[in-house]
Amino acid sequence: MKSSTMLLAAPEFWVLVMACVILCVDLFLREERRGIIHMLAIVTLIFAAIITLRVDAGGADMRSALAFNGSFIRDSMGDVLKLFNYLVLAIVFIYAKFGLRQSRMFRADFYTLALFALLGIMLLISANSLVMIYLGLELNSLATYALVAYDRDSRRGSEAAMKYFVLGSMASGMLLYGMSMIYGATGSLDLATIAEAVAAAGSDDRLLIFGLVFLVVGLAFKLGVVPFHMWVPDVYQGAPVVTTLFIASVPKMAAFAMAFRLLETGLGGLHNDWAQMLGVIALLSIVLGNLAAIAQTNIKRMLAYSTISHMGFVLMGFLPGTAIGFGAAMYYVIVYSLMSAAAFGMVILLSARGVEAEQLEDFKGLNQRDGWYAAIMAMVMFSMAGVPVFVGFFAKWLVIQAAIEAGLVWLAIIAVVFSVVGAFYYLRVVKLMYFDEPVSEARIQAPVDFRAAISFNGVLMLGLGIFSSSLIAVCMASFGA
Amino acid sequence: MTTSWPILSLLIWLPILGGLAVMMVGDQRASLARLLALLVSALTFLLSIMLFASFDRMTAAMQFVERSPWIPNFDIFYSLGVDGFSVPLIMLTAFFGVIVIVAGWETIEKKVHQYLAAFLIMEGLMIGVFSALDALLFYVFFEAMLIPMFLVIGMWGGPRRVYATIKFFLYTFLGSVFMLVGLIYLYLQSGSWSILDWHQLPLSLTVQKWLFFGFLAAFSVKIPMWPVHTWLPDAHVEAPTGGSVILAAIMLKIGGYGFIRFSLPITPDAAAALDWLIISLSLIAVVYIGFVALVQEDMKKLIAYSSISHMGFVTLGMFLAFAIFRNTEGGRGAALGVEGAMVQMISHGFVSGALFLCVGVLYDRMHSRMIADYGGVANRMPWFAALAVLFFMANSGLPGTSGFVGEFMVILAAFQANFWYAFLAALTLILGAAYSLWLVKRVIFGEITNPEVAKLKDVNAREALLLGTLAAAVLLVGLWPEPLVNLMHASVDQLLQHIQQPKFNVTGI
Repeated sequence: MKSSTMLLAAPEFWVLVMACVILCVDLFLREERRGIIHMLAIVTLIFAAIITLRVDAGGADMRSALAFNGSFIRDSMGDVLKLFNYLVLAIVFIYAKFGLRQSRMFRADFYTLALFALLGIMLLISANSLVMIYLGLELNSLATYALVAYDRDSRRGSEAAMKYFVLGSMASGMLLYGMSMIYGATGSLDLATIAEAVAAAGSDDRLLIFGLVFLVVGLAFKLGVVPFHMWVPDVYQGAPVVTTLFIASVPKMAAFAMAFRLLETGLGGLHNDWAQMLGVIALLSIVLGNLAAIAQTNIKRMLAYSTISHMGFVLMGFLPGTAIGFGAAMYYVIVYSLMSAAAFGMVILLSARGVEAEQLEDFKGLNQRDGWYAAIMAMVMFSMAGVPVFVGFFAKWLVIQAAIEAGLVWLAIIAVVFSVVGAFYYLRVVKLMYFDEPVSEARIQAPVDFRAAISFNGVLMLGLGIFSSSLIAVCMASFGA
Repeated sequence: MTTSWPILSLLIWLPILGGLAVMMVGDQRASLARLLALLVSALTFLLSIMLFASFDRMTAAMQFVERSPWIPNFDIFYSLGVDGFSVPLIMLTAFFGVIVIVAGWETIEKKVHQYLAAFLIMEGLMIGVFSALDALLFYVFFEAMLIPMFLVIGMWGGPRRVYATIKFFLYTFLGSVFMLVGLIYLYLQSGSWSILDWHQLPLSLTVQKWLFFGFLAAFSVKIPMWPVHTWLPDAHVEAPTGGSVILAAIMLKIGGYGFIRFSLPITPDAAAALDWLIISLSLIAVVYIGFVALVQEDMKKLIAYSSISHMGFVTLGMFLAFAIFRNTEGGRGAALGVEGAMVQMISHGFVSGALFLCVGVLYDRMHSRMIADYGGVANRMPWFAALAVLFFMANSGLPGTSGFVGEFMVILAAFQANFWYAFLAALTLILGAAYSLWLVKRVIFGEITNPEVAKLKDVNAREALLLGTLAAAVLLVGLWPEPLVNLMHASVDQLLQHIQQPKFNVTGI
């Protein structure tokens, strides 16, 4: 009996074991055979996907099966998100291998840290109690802090890591404080029990609301939304681009899952209260993120501000509190991870040996240097701007629909107007690539796996747009819509 | 011919996939790319002729309907169909698809494959706009079309191309996102994305007004109406010849088509209540922009302003119907207005496309668009001069050319509505003649003052073929508009029937 529920967490166990294995294997590898680490990491992800798909607890209801005394939940939302975690992380690893080799930082630490972060992310996605949420979050965060400081000789990297660490600890503290108040008000750490207690207590319990505010603050920090967004541009810019690539893609899905578990599963009874807070946060993020991105000349910083606005859009999906709304937010966050991975993949591609292609100027005349890469980047940019028929449009459409469904037509209108503002800076990248003359004529070279991954990633922008129904259906089905 | 094979899907996807194929051909084999592009666009045009031939003119119902689920979670269908409003516009699009490929044959040297691919993809997307019956599908085509045009202006345009193309993109994008909010609202109200379902959806007058403004934001920018027209002169001036041709001949028509497909039938009561607004803006466009055109020194800018002025006729003709219903029993003459607007769109497509090609012919030789640099072109280029004069005459509404038919119908309808509408609209006959013929006088006739003009060579076979074909089209529509009008008769009648029925008190909301 016990072992069968343990099996629910088989993917997590597998990732944990493999992260340790990679850590040990690296000790016995010579410098030039490090490629094995990369292969092992990819194999880990492939088998994690297979385990997630195949291993269940012997016929238990997979819509929501509990393990570890109810603190771990295996449901279809979690499975879908985890599968996309593996996919995006595999793409990240392929980009990162090339990027790390370019900057002579190809060590196993990156892979082990990223896999531990993945473990944290998976726990967060499957968390069903406050303790598990905190555990997953900290595991993810600590691994990420180290990744930001991965280039230990870089002063900006160390500064960014310090900043991220200090602010992140503050946010964790806030979250923990909020959790303690929720515990005080409901007497339980289990999300299902909390939900029952909240339903019984009603929404005028001061202590609950007070706790909720702190939870939202902690969440907002993790998502990187206004007014808790300050770390995002600095960390994105300061961290080595391979780390930024990671931070900007996979953990976003975890942040979504965490918000869903805390706010809907646990505190769904307080929907009116948190929807107001999220509405304001979403609005501010969309406005500020898009406006500030215009002024950037550094592409990592520009994409950081664009992330802030995208996370604002994700939060819009939470507002109606319906299955369709959460499905929309989940779809958005998955799509965003894929877009973001492709964008940073392009930055890695353009980086010459040891020098990161951080400036927007580095994209000048890309179409003349290589038409296919320019086309990929253009697809990513149009997708981020929300221009049909690219997949980003469908994501924006669904969350805007959710906002209108929640009766917030004004918010929808502001959001679409600022998505036009956002279109400006994405178009500027397209302009640089297509309308300007190249500064460097150097041929762009990349290994074949990198080329395959980025082509796949770019074509996904179009393919997921034209054939958008299946992913939308999967996301909606995760919430029973 | 039966409808057993999906002719509309072919019309959309043949050019798009053909465009991708042309892109694959690559930079090195430009002549192969040209031939392939020509083949694809010619096949598309043939298909559009088959569509025309097998279209049933007796019914207003949608024909060649295709419908399969696209995003089932939200009842979105890949649903296509055409009626009397879309068929002429699809034919126009397919026709110009061939014209622009030929027009860029020798003049485009940089990145030929991308240029041709952009136009082919754009062609497929525009045909998609005219045949989509699902609102989200329409929106996808409507927006996606901006991308190739953005690239065309930006990559092959003039010196201020970046400014012009970003302005073009953002302006139209901003307009259409308001429409998106409206479309989503309509879906949440009706539970369907089908445009035809929305035609029957009862809505309160207040809601209709909001939706009307949402649609207006999108379509008034596209068509464009005064005062949101300012992107057009910039885009036209900076775009390469082919870009200007498609912009003027097809893209502006999408705005007009949107009014017919969305604004009028979905929000008829708001349109009736706010027709004074559209009519005023249209008359301002006709008269004021006519004067603005008069003082232009750049030929392309002049034609751009003349386009705005002519598009004023289109919106005028469409929105006259309500005043005519109020004034007359049974609304005789309302059909004349809408049909006039449609004829004007087709005619303006031919005429403005031809005019931009004429300017292109001159620009390729002289690299100047300034009127002051020319004079006496007729002495060196007699064939060109003959054709250009014909097009400028058509632009000023000379009887016998297509330009006359639409304007005349709209002016006749305007008399039924209000004498002063007709009076102001008729001013265009004077203004249009003034700016068109004055341009002809300064550029084509007179003495040769610029030594560069003295070296000009007359049109070559390719250019003569292009302009000759367009001249034939202009004369054909001008002398024998009946087939064109017959095509849309049933649909116009049905539209007018429909917009006379108030929608807001059907179920007491």
